[in-house]
Amino acid sequence: MVGIITYGAYLPRYRIKTEEIARVWGANGADISRGLGVFEKSVPDLDEDTITISVEAARAALARRDLDPAEIGAIYVGSESHPYAVKPTSVTVGEAIGATPVMTAADLEFACKAGTAGVQAGMGLVKSGMVKYALAIGSDTAQGAPGDALEYTASAGGGAILVGEEDPIAEINHTLSFSSDTPDFWRREGQEYPSHGGRFSGEPGYFKHVVGASKMMLEAMGTRPSDYDYAIFHQPNAKFPRNASKSLGFSAEQINPGLMVPYLGNTYSGAVPVGLSAVLDVAKPGERIFVTSYGSGAGSDSFDITVTDVIDSDIFDRSAAPTVADLLADKKYLDYALYAKHKGKIVMPE
Amino acid sequence: MREVAVVGVGLTEFGEKWNTSFRNLFVEAGAHALEDAGMGGDEIDEIFVGNMSAGRFVLQEHVGALIADYAGLASNHIPVTRVEAACASGGLAFRQAYTAVASGLSDIVVAAGVEKMNDVDGSETTDALAGAADREWEGLAGATFPGLYSLIAVDYIHKYGLTREQLGMVSVKNHRNGAKNPIAQFQKEITLDTVLNSTLVADPLRLMDCSPVTDGAAAVILCPLDRAKEFTDTPVKILGVGQATDTISLHDRRDISTLDATTAAANVAFRQAKVERKDIGMVEVHDCFTIAELCAIEDLGFAKKGTAGKLTEEGWTALDGGLPINPSGGLKACGHPVGATGIKQVCEITTQLRGEAGARQVDADIGMTHNVGGTGATVVCNILGRA
Repeated sequence: MVGIITYGAYLPRYRIKTEEIARVWGANGADISRGLGVFEKSVPDLDEDTITISVEAARAALARRDLDPAEIGAIYVGSESHPYAVKPTSVTVGEAIGATPVMTAADLEFACKAGTAGVQAGMGLVKSGMVKYALAIGSDTAQGAPGDALEYTASAGGGAILVGEEDPIAEINHTLSFSSDTPDFWRREGQEYPSHGGRFSGEPGYFKHVVGASKMMLEAMGTRPSDYDYAIFHQPNAKFPRNASKSLGFSAEQINPGLMVPYLGNTYSGAVPVGLSAVLDVAKPGERIFVTSYGSGAGSDSFDITVTDVIDSDIFDRSAAPTVADLLADKKYLDYALYAKHKGKIVMPE
Repeated sequence: MREVAVVGVGLTEFGEKWNTSFRNLFVEAGAHALEDAGMGGDEIDEIFVGNMSAGRFVLQEHVGALIADYAGLASNHIPVTRVEAACASGGLAFRQAYTAVASGLSDIVVAAGVEKMNDVDGSETTDALAGAADREWEGLAGATFPGLYSLIAVDYIHKYGLTREQLGMVSVKNHRNGAKNPIAQFQKEITLDTVLNSTLVADPLRLMDCSPVTDGAAAVILCPLDRAKEFTDTPVKILGVGQATDTISLHDRRDISTLDATTAAANVAFRQAKVERKDIGMVEVHDCFTIAELCAIEDLGFAKKGTAGKLTEEGWTALDGGLPINPSGGLKACGHPVGATGIKQVCEITTQLRGEAGARQVDADIGMTHNVGGTGATVVCNILGRA
C-alpha cells in the first residue's frame, strides 16, 4: 500500500513574540495572544527562503532512511512564497538532494494546502507505477503586511513527505478533498502582501472546508473520531483547529501533539506537514492519524494514516534528524527592528 | 387620521449571513411577514424600507425598486420608497408607513428594514457607519462611533459616578435575553468578567459593550385598525409615533450625555398615545453601546438622570424586573443590522404583546420602541398596545 517512506521538517531558529509585534502597533499583545492562541512565531534568517527551508526539510527526511535519491521520480514543492514567480523551487531542491535529472518536478500553489496537494499528486504517480518515490514538500516564508492581523501569525517553516510503496513507515489508507471557489484570502501577481476577507475566512472558508472534508473522510472510512490516536488540522491560529476539531468530536489530547501554532505561528503550506512530522516523531506502530489541511481559495485535503512497524525498525532512524520539538526549542528571539530587517521590510536607498 | 394596527411581523435570523444576499434577506423577512398576516403580496399597496448604506455595504443603490422587483411585485407597479436616517432608518420607515395608512393614502403598507454589513471588511464598515455622524466636523477629525459613544460614557461617568461594573451589567442582561431569542446573533449568556476582560475598543468601552456588525432584515405589515381582524386574531394597535432631530454633531449638544431628541420623540409619542410612563410594560431601546441603553432609560423619562446604572444592577431592567428593557436581547445580543433595527424592535414588541415570545415573554399590555440615528441626531419612538 502507498504510504510515507520518510519525513522531515525544518524551522528557522528565529522567533518574535506576539507581544513585541503588538508593542510596535500600539495593540494589546496579551489580548491578541489569547485571542489567536499564538504566543510567538518563527522568522527566517536573512538568507533563508522557501528553497532553503525545503532543502533542509528534504535532507532531514533523507537522513532518516538509507535510499538512493536518484530513485525519487517526482518532486512537488507547495508554497505561496516561492522565491521566483518563474523558475521552479522544486528543481533546486532536486539538485540539492541528488534527485536530478531523471525526475519530474513542479511548484504548486494552493494557499496553505499546496503541500498536501503534492502528497496526493505523488500518491497517484506511485500507485500508477510511474515513479518509485515522490517527494512532496510544503514550505513557506509567509507574508503579512506590517500592522495587519496576519503579521501576528505569518511565519516560516516546512515539512517534507516522501511517498512510496515499499516498506512505508505509515500507510495512507485513504485521501480525499473538498474544494470550492471561495475567495477568503488572495494575493495577486506583483502584490507584496496578501489580502483577506476578515471574518469571511472563518465560517465560509476554513470551517466549511475543514469540517466538510473531515466528515467526508469519517464517512468514507466508517470511522469515528475516537478511532484515531492523533488528529492534525490546518492551523492558521490555535482557535480555528481547536474549534473545528471540537465540533467534529476530536479531543485536545488528539490534536495537541500536532498543534504547533502556539509557539511557531502559521507556516502556511508548511503547517500540516510540520504538524504531521511532529506526530510521526512520537507515534508508535499501529497508531492511526487523521489529517485535514486547508488552503484558502478554498479547499481541504483529508488523509487517514496508520503507522507501521517499520517506523521502529532497523531500516528507519527517527533520531537521525532533529524532531519538531528539537527545532522549536532551538530558538533565538528578535525584536521588531531585527525582525523587520530579516523580513526585508527595511527598504534601503538605491 | 385613521387608527393603525400591526397585523404581521417577519424577521430573518440575525448574524453573519454569508450565504444570503442583500435582496434575499429582504425577501425572506417580507415573506415571513406576509405569511404571518395570512395575505398575499398582491394585497400590498405600498412599501417603505429603511436602509442606511447599501451603497457602501453592497454597492447597491435604488434599493426600493430592487426590493419591489425581487419581492415579485414589479408588475404591480406599487410605490416603494427607501428612507435613510442612519441607524434610525428602520424607525423612519415605520413612521412613513404609519403616516401612509393613517392618512388614508394607502391601506396595506409594509414597513421594512434591511442591512447587509459583512460583505465589506471591518474598517470599511466602521467608516460607512461614521457617515451617521458629521463627516466634516467629526468623521474627518477621526471620530468613529465607538469613539463618540466613549465620550458620552466618559461624560456620564464623570457626572453621575457610574461604575464600570454597572455598565457591563447592561451587556450581561441583554445577552441573557438574547439567549432566549431564536433569531438573535448571540444566543448565549455571558458573565460580567467576560465584559470587563474583553478587548478595549475606546476607553471605557470594551468589545462586549459594543453591538456587533450584523446582516439581517425585518418587516411589519400595517393596515387600518378597523380591517385588522381580516388578517389576525391578535392585532397590535399603534398608539403613538414620535420622531425628533437634534444637532448632528455630538459636540454641539446642550449636554453630550443626554439625548434630547430621545426625550422629544418620546414626548410626542406619549402625547399621542395618551398614556403615562408608568403604563409602559417593556421597552426595546437602542443599545448600540451599553452606555446608550442607560441614557435611553433616563432620557425616555423612565428614571432620573444618573440612576439607570444602579437600576440595572438591581435587576429593574431584567425580564422579571420593574421595567424589562430589551427583551429581544437588544442591539448587543440580538444584533444590529442598522437599517433593520427599528423594525426589529416593532417586531419584538408586537410578538410580546401577542404573547408569542416564548421563554422571554414579558407580561405587559403596552410596549415602546426607541430607535436612534447617529449619536442622537434622529430618534424615533413608538408606543404599541394590545388592540
